Amino acid sequence: MKETNDVILHMVTKVVVFIILTLAIYLFIAGHNQPGGGFISGLVLSSAFVLLYLSFDVETVNSGLPLNFVVVAAVGVFLSVTTGFLAIFNGKSFLTHTFTSKTFPLIGKTEMGTVTLFEAGVSLAVVGVVVTIILGISEDV
Amino acid sequence: MSNLIVLPMVIPILIGIILIFLRPYIKIQRWVSVLSVIFSGGLGLYLLKQIQTNGILTLEFGEWKAPFGIVFVADSFSMLLVVTTSFVTLVCLLYAFATIGRALESMFFYSFVQFLIAGVNGSFLTGDLFNLFVCFEVMLVASYILVMIGGKKDQLRESIKYIAINVLSSWIFLVAIAYLYGTLGTLNMAHLAVRVSEVGQTPLLTTISILLLIVFSLKSGLLLYFWLPGSYSVPPTAVAALFGALLTKVGIYAMFRIFTLIFNHEPAITHTLIGVMAAVTLIIGSIGAIAYKDLRQIAAFNVVIAVGFIMVGLAVFSTVALEGSIYYLIHDMIVKALLFLLVGTMIALTGKNRLNQMSGLIRNYPVLGWLVFIVTLSLAGIPPFSGFLGKVLVGGAAVEKGNFVLLALAFISSLFVLYSLLRIFMNCFWGETILSIEDEPPLKKSWLIPSIILSVATFVLGVGAESIAVYVNDAAHTLMNPEIYIDAVLPDK
Repeated sequence: MKETNDVILHMVTKVVVFIILTLAIYLFIAGHNQPGGGFISGLVLSSAFVLLYLSFDVETVNSGLPLNFVVVAAVGVFLSVTTGFLAIFNGKSFLTHTFTSKTFPLIGKTEMGTVTLFEAGVSLAVVGVVVTIILGISEDV
Repeated sequence: MSNLIVLPMVIPILIGIILIFLRPYIKIQRWVSVLSVIFSGGLGLYLLKQIQTNGILTLEFGEWKAPFGIVFVADSFSMLLVVTTSFVTLVCLLYAFATIGRALESMFFYSFVQFLIAGVNGSFLTGDLFNLFVCFEVMLVASYILVMIGGKKDQLRESIKYIAINVLSSWIFLVAIAYLYGTLGTLNMAHLAVRVSEVGQTPLLTTISILLLIVFSLKSGLLLYFWLPGSYSVPPTAVAALFGALLTKVGIYAMFRIFTLIFNHEPAITHTLIGVMAAVTLIIGSIGAIAYKDLRQIAAFNVVIAVGFIMVGLAVFSTVALEGSIYYLIHDMIVKALLFLLVGTMIALTGKNRLNQMSGLIRNYPVLGWLVFIVTLSLAGIPPFSGFLGKVLVGGAAVEKGNFVLLALAFISSLFVLYSLLRIFMNCFWGETILSIEDEPPLKKSWLIPSIILSVATFVLGVGAESIAVYVNDAAHTLMNPEIYIDAVLPDK
């Protein structure tokens, strides 16, 4: 089979991946008060990874991104469950979240909530699961 | 508020995740998973005592008040099942240590057992219908993986059916939940119960309840059991025992909860239907149990019969009948695990799975033979083993309510159970010895000990039924008087 020349695909991917990653982070932060959140940002993040896997091959991406996505998913769920546990030690119900406001230089007054950690866990779990599934399917073909 | 009641679900999840990180360390995985199960069981016992003094315990997740947020509710019924689940899982894990093999152990076997337990315990504890759906899914996804772990050809074949039927029933479950939410505007079980009793159980609501009945029948193998014998006979023995003991029981639990708490106003329709389904299940299960020669099929059809028998209690619908069902439910979880373990051990020893291919095993393996005899007596409901009390109570209640057809079927099915298992005993253990003493494969102690533990348990539960009588009475009392449950969840409704 002739080696295909995907210069354009590679170039576009290199740019687009960063746009997708930025969008994912935007969605993640927006999710605090607006539509968005950990689950969607996780899906968008994993679409960036899948695009990388599609345009380059699995070996190349794995050498640049040496992550075991099963472990990523596990870390995510672990993070989410343990933030739920924090409330128990605080004498509150399981999964109760708390927040404080702090003033930072440059950014100004910012709300910081433990729910962000919970959502980060959700995000990681989604990325881990989606990429694992897609890699699993691609291996069989 | 009692944070403790969420732990039987959350601890297994957490442990399951930690086991993923510990993938290469099989020894540590074993110990950690055993400790997790022991902890859940111990906690369950502690909470069971608490419930007797303090009444039903509830927990509102994230401090969201009851009808709006998700609640966990622990009454005696759920806690009894949580404790039994932990015990049975512990024994199945012990059996798995000896039999499951290194290859599966490093394929996250113990993690998925933990996730399965998390789903089962979560289903027992949740007080929210949608959360029940989620816990069911957690349990099912783990069970999909456990059915096909190892990836043998017949496992893959059966798992396709298993997954297809469960995806379908989950979809119907979701549709029923959507209907219920559309008509009543809530999914909190206690709140649903309040609203149903306020507006009356209209024909529309009864229809939705029948939709839910279909869903849980599919999950528990009540009448719609056709997927069960196949998918319970292919996985490794430890997994099959876990499935036979736990999975159908979750569906049974859900039916008990829904039809005593929420849809209890039209027993003439719903409970009669349950009675008919239970009757047909008993008949078909009995035929199936004596029709097959494959040991695992016989064991699987015994699961079906038990489901029919337990649902007779719900169909009769009185406090005594429910007590009997609860006793029988606990007994059945223990004894079905024992049956699957023994059958799996026999197949592993002889390499055959049909009863006419085995003969005279009692010469080689006397202990195994007597264990099979004990499980036969226990399943048939012969005292002093644990099946007796449940059968007597359900039978007595059926007489009181005049349900003689159900009574007759329930007890005739016991004879079929006895016959099907005696057939195993006589064919496989009596007769000419096919294995000479020299070439018999040695029966390791670690294969027998789990079965011995379970046999002792069925004996102790039969003789010492008095010791759990308090809890069972309370559980049945709460089921028959749903206002206790409602008051606990919605104190200021």
